[in-house]
Amino acid sequence: MARMAGRRTLSAAPVLLAVTFGVFALAALSPFDPVKAYAGTAGLTASQAELDQLRTNLGADRPLTARWWDWLTSALTGDLGTSTVMRQPVTDVITERVGWSALLAACAFTAAVLAGTALGVLAARRAGGALDRAVSALAYTLEAAPVFWPALLAIWLFSVRLGALPSGGLTDAGSDTVTFAQVASHLVLPALVLGASQLPWFFLYVRQGVADALGEDPVRGARARGLAEHRILLGHALRSGMLPMLTLIGSRVPELITGALLVETVFSWPGIAAATVQAATAVDFPLLAALTVLATAAVLAGNLLSDLLYGLADPRVGFDG
Amino acid sequence: MTARTVRGAARATVAAALITGVAACSTPGTGAAGAAGADSVVVGIATEPESLSPLLGYGKDGNSKIFDGLLTHDADMKLKPALAEALPDVSADGRTYSFTLRRGVKFSDGAPFSAKDVVFTYRTILDPATNNASRTELDAIESVEAKGEDTVVFTLKYPYAPFAERTVLPIAPEHIAGGQDVNSGDFTTRPVGTGPYVLTGWSKGEKLSFKANPGHWGGEPAVKKLTMAVIKDDDVRATRLRSGELDGAILPPNLAKGFAKDPARRTYAARTFDYRNVTLPTHHKVTGDLAVRQALDIAVDRTAMVDKLLEGAGRPAYGPVPTGSPWFAAGTERPHDLDRARRILDDAGWKTGEDGIRAKDGVRASFPLWYTSGDKIRQDHALAFASDAKKAGIEVRTEAGTWEVIEPRMRTEAVLAGGGSPADPDFDQYLLLTSSLGGDGFNNMAWYDDPAVDAALAEGRRSADPAIRKAAYDTVQRRLAENPGYVFLTHIDHLYVVNDRWDGLGTQVEPHDHGLGAGPWWNVENWKPRQKQK
Repeated sequence: MARMAGRRTLSAAPVLLAVTFGVFALAALSPFDPVKAYAGTAGLTASQAELDQLRTNLGADRPLTARWWDWLTSALTGDLGTSTVMRQPVTDVITERVGWSALLAACAFTAAVLAGTALGVLAARRAGGALDRAVSALAYTLEAAPVFWPALLAIWLFSVRLGALPSGGLTDAGSDTVTFAQVASHLVLPALVLGASQLPWFFLYVRQGVADALGEDPVRGARARGLAEHRILLGHALRSGMLPMLTLIGSRVPELITGALLVETVFSWPGIAAATVQAATAVDFPLLAALTVLATAAVLAGNLLSDLLYGLADPRVGFDG
Repeated sequence: MTARTVRGAARATVAAALITGVAACSTPGTGAAGAAGADSVVVGIATEPESLSPLLGYGKDGNSKIFDGLLTHDADMKLKPALAEALPDVSADGRTYSFTLRRGVKFSDGAPFSAKDVVFTYRTILDPATNNASRTELDAIESVEAKGEDTVVFTLKYPYAPFAERTVLPIAPEHIAGGQDVNSGDFTTRPVGTGPYVLTGWSKGEKLSFKANPGHWGGEPAVKKLTMAVIKDDDVRATRLRSGELDGAILPPNLAKGFAKDPARRTYAARTFDYRNVTLPTHHKVTGDLAVRQALDIAVDRTAMVDKLLEGAGRPAYGPVPTGSPWFAAGTERPHDLDRARRILDDAGWKTGEDGIRAKDGVRASFPLWYTSGDKIRQDHALAFASDAKKAGIEVRTEAGTWEVIEPRMRTEAVLAGGGSPADPDFDQYLLLTSSLGGDGFNNMAWYDDPAVDAALAEGRRSADPAIRKAAYDTVQRRLAENPGYVFLTHIDHLYVVNDRWDGLGTQVEPHDHGLGAGPWWNVENWKPRQKQK
């Protein structure tokens, strides 16, 4: 198990390297012009000489490989460069934001896994029952809905109609200090919405897995031995029904990142995902590369995690090494 | 408690709270909390600045709250002294501007403000290594010198009448900004200035928080706390305003309408110089033809655009100067006259073909019109323009693209553009119409070339006599009516909805680009809480 984790980590290095080069190459090919993005509306009244000067200052006229190599060598020494869109060092941008994104994603993910599993088991127990049909229909709807739609709906219901929860920001707009109560209450809606967008996958997998397991020999044997229904459900059916879901956990990471992107925007959540969009449209090479490395690492770690969980849950599955 | 411990604790506890549903019940009444207190104001804005450093262009048009300029604008956009004691002394040749500085002014960190800060600010901006995209605006400056502690003298390369308007740009403290990388240093996100407010926090993409500066030379503001919440989405901004989290917000016309009957809120429509126009490139066979230009100029129904596209929140535009401005040349309004437009085209030999589109000497009266994708107001204007042109027998093919796509085509293809700078008529018109600036960056996108206009523009910027300047800009506007280089469509009002809880609100005439200082909160430092409520 440790050997697998080690080997995966080693193989991540070339993947990350290729990904950063890919980001630089794609950004260089993109139609967006970093100088125009940097200048903003001021660029619309600037003279050509001024824009050319800016291009030189930003190094935007240098070849792609040179810029990538410079970024890579200084990144390896711990200097991630300066973000042109944020006008501050990339490390500052990331440290200020990554914690809030991780908090949001972790809460949403936990909520989705727990609620999805619980609902899945309940639905599978009476497949075709009222609960099953209601939750399944809801799950398919959620799966189809773009995440900003439930987000706006949640704001309308909980903030505008009920006035129960704040509709955006990390803290109340008028409050400067970041306190636990403030963050907790502001986290509820974005985390619930992001969690709800992930929930259908876990629910549908668990429901199917458990329903299938309930029809298999070990369960019939357990029933025949007169075991209590809840032990059959949780001990036998859930255990084998969970297996496909464990793989799912890792593979949902990319979806979680893209989902967070929209949720952070709608809820003005000061996380890393919102910065990613800005970095991409402004062709902010240093920030974009650093964020892509982070996202790639998260996906690789997610895959490793699901493989490890799978191995732990089912002894028949070996670790690849 | 440090941010990290909060974060760690929050992560653990909130996860638990979410599952048990405790958090949902433990936060009652947050709706009103944001707007609580008569001396605090929370406003919703659509865009935030990339940097708060004046050295990189922040607040260059004045009114930056954290900073003061040498001069500033009053409600009517007239110049008045700020860090300078009085309006500048201008030499007879119009090339030397001397400012005497206000005494006893301190930066919010307690350090005194002096002439060296002014010199530092201007010299740093003029330095080519500084990434300031607005540097072109200071092109006229040859040198800036300090004479003692409290006098600053600007020497210009050529007489430039509107120069004083440029000195509203904020002054940065040399003792802080001078010691770091001007393009990425701390100062860009944690600025220190002399202004009525002090930045207390900037969470990018979320909000900017300010507190009143008790040591401000103009007196401490009555509104002690000012928060600008950054909310890009129009609908979310309207929702948060309705839920009571915001005291005011900028809104598009259709959403502002929803608050019209709300007795607790008032809608402010700020008059602007913010125009939308269509460039008519001289290098295109169709748009370069004078008859086509004149016909298009009167074939468009500007009033219908104001009524339908802007829901009445705007005015027909006949040039960069709005009809309500004292600089507007009365009598240059062109009414919608489709019949005359058709006659002009007929007389010039543009014959209507079988498909209703005209042609002349084998050239079909057809040209593309680009607008920036995602900008609904520009899209609406482009489509309305195309439909009006079609009625006169001219085919306008609308296409959407980013500036990267549009820019290489600007020389020959029309663009739905926008702009507007209220401070001086020179600012818009010189860049739009001077023939020597044809195709220089985004200046004079239409490659407009009219010697009479060139001469009038040169006179307008050199002469210090207001009567001569007015006559010069009248000439420009009349010429523009005879030989349109652009079809100006509308000037767009900016709409703001604000809680009716303060006295002293109003709006300034606003530019195209609305920064943090625009909107009814342009003078928030002068607001007084209304006594009866709260």
